[in-house]
Amino acid sequence: MTQMNWLVAYPEILLLVAACVVALVDLNVTDPKRRVTFWLTQASLAAVALMHGMAMQTGLGAEGAAASVYGMQGLVVSDPMGHMLALCAALAMMLSLAYAGPYIGERELLKGEFFTLALFVLLGISVMISANNFLVIYVGLELMSLSLYALVALRRDNALATEAAMKYFVLGALASGFLLYGMSMMYGATGSLVLSEVLSAIAKGQVNPTVLTFGVVFVVAGLGFKLGVVPFHMWVPDVYQGAPTAVTLLIAGAPKLAAFAIAIRLLVEGLSGLAHDWQQMLIVLSVMSMVIGNLAAIAQTNLKRLLAFSAIAQLGFMLLGLTPTVIDANTLSAANGYSSAMFYVVTYVLTTLGTFGLVMYLSRAGFESDEIADLAGLAKRSPWLAGVMTVFMFSLAGVPPMVGFYAKFAVLQSLIVTNDPGYITLAVMAVLLSMIGAYYYLRLVKVMYFDEPPADAVQVESRGGVGALLACNGAAALVLGVLPDGLMALCRDVVVRALAG
Amino acid sequence: MGLLSVAIWLPIAFGAVLLAFGRDNNPGATRWLALVGAVVSFLVTLPLISGFDTGTAAMQFQENMVWIERFNVRYHLGVDGISVWFALLTSFITVIVVIAGWQVITDRAHQYMGAFLILSGLMVGVFSACDGLLFYVFFEATLIPMYIIIGVWGGPRRVYAAFKFFLYTLLGSLLMLVALIYLYYKSGGSFDITTWHKLPLPMSAQALLFFAFFAAFSVKVPMWPVHTWLPDAHVEAPTGGSVVLAAIMLKLGAYGFLRFSMPIAPDASREYAWFIIALSLIAVIYIGLVALVQQDMKKLVAYSSIAHMGFVTLGFFIFNELGVSGGLVQMISHGFVSGAMFLCIGVLYDRVHSREIASYGGVVNTMPKFAAFALLFAMANCGLPGTAGFIGEWMVILGTVKVNFWLGALAATALIFGAAYTLWMYKRVYFGDIANNDVKELQDLNAREFLMMAMLAVAVMVMGLYPKPFTDVMHVSVNELLQHVANSKLPKLP
Repeated sequence: MTQMNWLVAYPEILLLVAACVVALVDLNVTDPKRRVTFWLTQASLAAVALMHGMAMQTGLGAEGAAASVYGMQGLVVSDPMGHMLALCAALAMMLSLAYAGPYIGERELLKGEFFTLALFVLLGISVMISANNFLVIYVGLELMSLSLYALVALRRDNALATEAAMKYFVLGALASGFLLYGMSMMYGATGSLVLSEVLSAIAKGQVNPTVLTFGVVFVVAGLGFKLGVVPFHMWVPDVYQGAPTAVTLLIAGAPKLAAFAIAIRLLVEGLSGLAHDWQQMLIVLSVMSMVIGNLAAIAQTNLKRLLAFSAIAQLGFMLLGLTPTVIDANTLSAANGYSSAMFYVVTYVLTTLGTFGLVMYLSRAGFESDEIADLAGLAKRSPWLAGVMTVFMFSLAGVPPMVGFYAKFAVLQSLIVTNDPGYITLAVMAVLLSMIGAYYYLRLVKVMYFDEPPADAVQVESRGGVGALLACNGAAALVLGVLPDGLMALCRDVVVRALAG
Repeated sequence: MGLLSVAIWLPIAFGAVLLAFGRDNNPGATRWLALVGAVVSFLVTLPLISGFDTGTAAMQFQENMVWIERFNVRYHLGVDGISVWFALLTSFITVIVVIAGWQVITDRAHQYMGAFLILSGLMVGVFSACDGLLFYVFFEATLIPMYIIIGVWGGPRRVYAAFKFFLYTLLGSLLMLVALIYLYYKSGGSFDITTWHKLPLPMSAQALLFFAFFAAFSVKVPMWPVHTWLPDAHVEAPTGGSVVLAAIMLKLGAYGFLRFSMPIAPDASREYAWFIIALSLIAVIYIGLVALVQQDMKKLVAYSSIAHMGFVTLGFFIFNELGVSGGLVQMISHGFVSGAMFLCIGVLYDRVHSREIASYGGVVNTMPKFAAFALLFAMANCGLPGTAGFIGEWMVILGTVKVNFWLGALAATALIFGAAYTLWMYKRVYFGDIANNDVKELQDLNAREFLMMAMLAVAVMVMGLYPKPFTDVMHVSVNELLQHVANSKLPKLP
């Protein structure tokens, strides 16, 4: 653990270099469409994704081992779970930028900063995912958050966007404060910032339990803010709605993977000795999120706001997967739960990217297409897009054969196989609440299929490659639904290896 | 690829092609492609019955592959005497539905036909799944096309009806999902239905499972008092949608009782049989009376469906061979008869655009051929001997009398109510003087309509006159099931 082992940090270093290069190259780009910047960004993201993809199988680091390898004197870790999440994040970022391309071009957002900041967001995400130290997690989180604040405010003469940026910044800073405060208590109690040392210090049991419990409350609250679960969800609807859709996509996509990763890193790899405490908190957060998210979504008329409440409910469901315990050093049920949650979050990001991508696809200069009514009669105007959106909606509602069903199924089974009456009750509550959730997803299908298009409906223009990409995204949600085994097995595999250390 | 896989995926593939390449400007090609798809899909199911071995209760035409290794979910298909006829019924009804929608559906015909073909494949999947999760996936997936069918091509209150249909069914089936996962845990990590059949379970677990399955299947059947979605869905759905709903989708629920509730929780099934029997009798008698006062023909047939399905669940839960076989025969015959009844209403609706009984009168004067067919189906609906409707009802009543005379007597009143509401409707719509100008201008059946009526009429008559092929196929499987249910699965006390 005391070696530098630079290899472990190669993808992050590449990303940092790429961000700087993109920033510099963009200064010399005269093309108003900034094709060079766009493709350079995509190429570097593809390279990063490739590195992670290869590392997932063979591992990084001098030994080339597939298990966890530590680098930078124990600050960062390379394990298959991290690589898989980082791979998904990089792919999500590529897809987000591809969807965002035409949208930002029509709104004077097409600046070099957009791409540089997006790369920095991904760098923050990567750092968080591979962190093995409280402070590194914090640094990654701040890097991601600050870049996102700037992105939200990129359209600075738009009142909604600036308001959203302000809200996001103030609440986000508060959340970071919470997290940092919790971390400092942990440090005070255990005398270390390294996750594994904190774990063993707690296991030895010679630490002040009061400080630890307080600390874990703050850590969970900070995580709750970043995940956007009730009661720390107030920023989510406003930011989702106020930010330009391209930026909403950046917030709603890849960062959820990072939030999942730090939840695992902090709570499982660092604080699993306190599992009994944080699991109860997560259960409360998750049930409240599903109740409030699902109920509030019913009343929305704005599509982005609806998707924000839907995100709250979905992440609440995902959190359920983190609640099954490690029983007597038997990690089976915990690994089952965590891998289900991971499958959930990966597939959720896949569908979310598509939904926001579709909203952007329908928008035009001066027309955001972010009201539910804007989708009216889409099945008549563009059957393909309506079909793709329907796949996403049924997936989010958890209706087979879409992938969202298997995500819900995996989380539910992880609860039920504990054979604990409490968890089974939780599972029943979750299915009842997701039935309420089905209503508003169905309503979107209804608007697209059953309603007549308004007389002044904007014609859906073809955007070439982006449309094909959306169709592929929808096909992925369907194909992963028919053949979910590969991804499920992969998630289980990487989580088991991460828990094994 | 086995026969069952072909029967499932062929119509789905045709449906996908229709969705992908159909356009509003080529409805002709769309219709012919849909018809070819439906007919071919029907033909591939025929070997299921001709090659069926009636001597065994085991699953036949099995296919067994790993599907989701992570949870030991298998792509395991197979049919036994209980399910095989429903695969055929499904593909047969789909042919009828495609013909019925031929000229009627002008708006987005390719999506309409595509949805029905996909639905057909999914329903064959429900009947042939031998794996719990696979069953659930097919069972739930059928909701999507039906939701779209009701909502897009339905009547004025289609949105309400579509939501009600979807959410009612979803609520029930989500509880079933919890039950399935619980069984997966209890059986030590298996989704295989036959493994579940052998699994010993304490009474408390059996009772919970029984009611979880009851939640899913009673909504689908539908049983009183969770039947209220059905009249709405039937009335608002386009003719084809009503036909498929009545003829096949309702059977998914009844089939679930036989495949899941009874064999998995036999002790609970016996314990709570009185509950199901009571609900069934309420459905038979009370819903029969409700049907009597309906003004809307589709609503009347919808209530009549609920009453007939009450017979089916009654037959299942008296646990003797006559009852269970009778219930199964009733399911098949009701598939033909209720489908035909809805088609008759569709024929009238296409011409007059009204489903009110009061808008008609004296149709027999202007549409004699049609009235003859309608009379046959009406008679079958009230269970006239010689028609398909008689066999099942008679078997169920006979089985019930064996158990308890008074229960049988109560069930038999359904024949009276059934005759009353069906024949009274027939009298008001078809007989008498020509009521108004709409009726005066009616054109009799064209060749297309004649074809679909004739196909159903043949099915109704054949099944009524010679039911042996149907009961022979069921015999061994039903006996096996009853023997299984008679044995307690409670863990032996030490």
